[in-house]
Amino acid sequence: MRYSGFRIFKEALTGHKGWTPAWRDPDPQPHYDYVIVGGGGHGLATAYYLAKQFRQSRIAVLEKGWIGGGNVGRNTTIIRSNYLLDGNEPFYEFSLKLWEGLEQDFNYNAMVSQRGILNLYHSDAQRDAFIRRGNAMILHGADAELLDRAQIRREYPFLDFDNARFPILGGLAHRRGGTVRHDAVAWGYARGADQRGVDIIQNCAVTGLRIENGRCTGVETARGFIGAGKGGVAVAGNSSRLMAMAGMRLPIESHVLQAFVTEGLKPILPGVITFGAGHFYCSQSDKGGLVFGGDLDGYNSYAQRGNLPIIEDVAAEAMAILPNLGRARLLRSWGGVMDMSMDGSPIIDRTPVEGLYFNGGWCYGGFKATPASGWCFAHLLTTDQPHPTATAYRIDRFARGTMIDEKGVGAQPNRH
Amino acid sequence: MIINHPLLGPCDAQEFTYLGDASLLHRPDGLADGAAQAFFDYAYLRDNPAGLHRELWFHEQGDRSWLVVTRDTLTHEITQVELASNVARREGRSR
Ligand SMILES: Cc1cc2nc3c(=O)[nH]c(=O)nc-3n(C[C@H](O)[C@H](O)[C@H](O)COP(=O)(O)OP(=O)(O)OC[C@H]3O[C@@H](n4cnc5c(N)ncnc54)[C@H](O)[C@@H]3O)c2cc1C
Repeated sequence: MRYSGFRIFKEALTGHKGWTPAWRDPDPQPHYDYVIVGGGGHGLATAYYLAKQFRQSRIAVLEKGWIGGGNVGRNTTIIRSNYLLDGNEPFYEFSLKLWEGLEQDFNYNAMVSQRGILNLYHSDAQRDAFIRRGNAMILHGADAELLDRAQIRREYPFLDFDNARFPILGGLAHRRGGTVRHDAVAWGYARGADQRGVDIIQNCAVTGLRIENGRCTGVETARGFIGAGKGGVAVAGNSSRLMAMAGMRLPIESHVLQAFVTEGLKPILPGVITFGAGHFYCSQSDKGGLVFGGDLDGYNSYAQRGNLPIIEDVAAEAMAILPNLGRARLLRSWGGVMDMSMDGSPIIDRTPVEGLYFNGGWCYGGFKATPASGWCFAHLLTTDQPHPTATAYRIDRFARGTMIDEKGVGAQPNRH
Repeated sequence: MIINHPLLGPCDAQEFTYLGDASLLHRPDGLADGAAQAFFDYAYLRDNPAGLHRELWFHEQGDRSWLVVTRDTLTHEITQVELASNVARREGRSR
């Protein structure tokens, strides 16, 4: 079924009796050409582009719980293409371009909203670093604009410009960045993949990998063995557990990141803003809640919840730039478990096991990457070659000393 | 989280900085054969278990001692806390 304005009109007049489920609930087949492990944004996007772009048939996505229950439904929905390093920026710019056409492409309203992102700076040194980053972005075809205090005051008059410790001196605006309705991304890709014949199998945890003569021939699951021509793993925070089944140790630690939302308010925050003197970012959802987050809790965790010190920390940072937030009531906080890699950048690569491919290490920036990650992983799975924008995301880069460390903090995952 | 410091008693985890897996106590010998591979493993690869994890915490805002904390990464429950110096000695590190 195609969704359209006409369809809504027709259904409204006929009692909404014609809607069908957005995707089927099939039983697993004994064998697929491609088995994708993990029904998050990346796994579903991979299946979608495998079926649509690379015209592969007989594809399954195996999800341990329900699709959209992982990080794709827990993140703070920010999309952007404002990286500094050569290994990253072309990939994220490719992703942003895919976001720009996504809703038409998969015929689903994902509420992609390019409301702009403003990174505030609070010192001269930070201004210089932002100019450098802005120039790198422009060189890679992205957009960047340096704003001074007066320009920011026009757009965001309510910020605390004269905070005693962290006065706002200016900011780097990235107008094409913005937010997307996160679970609609999972649903849209799931529906689009399903329409092209992909089996989306929920409540089907992968419990083992069958490896024969150095080749992956299938996966053991909660619903029995499923044979696979090729297997692609995209399980976000659980990568180490999954790849341990293939005897691999990864350059990854699992960490918990929290997010917060206030009660619904009238529109006050037009775009996304980030605090430059710490780690705090905030946007307003279309329902009116202010959605914000900050640093990782900082210790290894597979629990999808964090602790109170981070809440205090994030609240203090919020008050340093957005004092009006202090009047809003906090409705909810939650956590998600992410792969923090040793250089803060992701991995999309083959593995020493033939027929087994790995996509992970997305840290807390993997939502914006969803379309390009799916596309590039599908490209790798079908051609055995990395996509031109993802050539730096090799797993052996740590051994080769070619890390992609945006922050320059070294092999300390909780600092990225 | 409360870390029960062996000398100071219960302390808020906020007073500590986290380093990571306690295997970091075992820095490889830089002069041994295969040192490059050993250092790659040491610096970059982690077991990252879901369940009990032995990890290094530094009491930065306290007595500045290093602790080895055994904690369940699925529940955050802490089951054992030892001074890292004792653990290191027991595991054959010289100092
Ligand atoms: C609080 C928070 C805020 C964030 N904010 C942003 C942001 O603003 N912008 C941004 O770009 N990124 C953000 N991120 C990061 C982003 O959400 C993740 O990097 C990204 O969603 C990970 O990819 P995914 O969607 O495929 O993950 P997931 O949705 O977690 O998918 C992985 C799936 O694998 C499944 N799985 C695990 N083990 C198995 C198994 N054994 N068998 C079968 N299935 C299995 C899981 O159930 C899960 O559904 C944020 C993350 C969090 C937690």
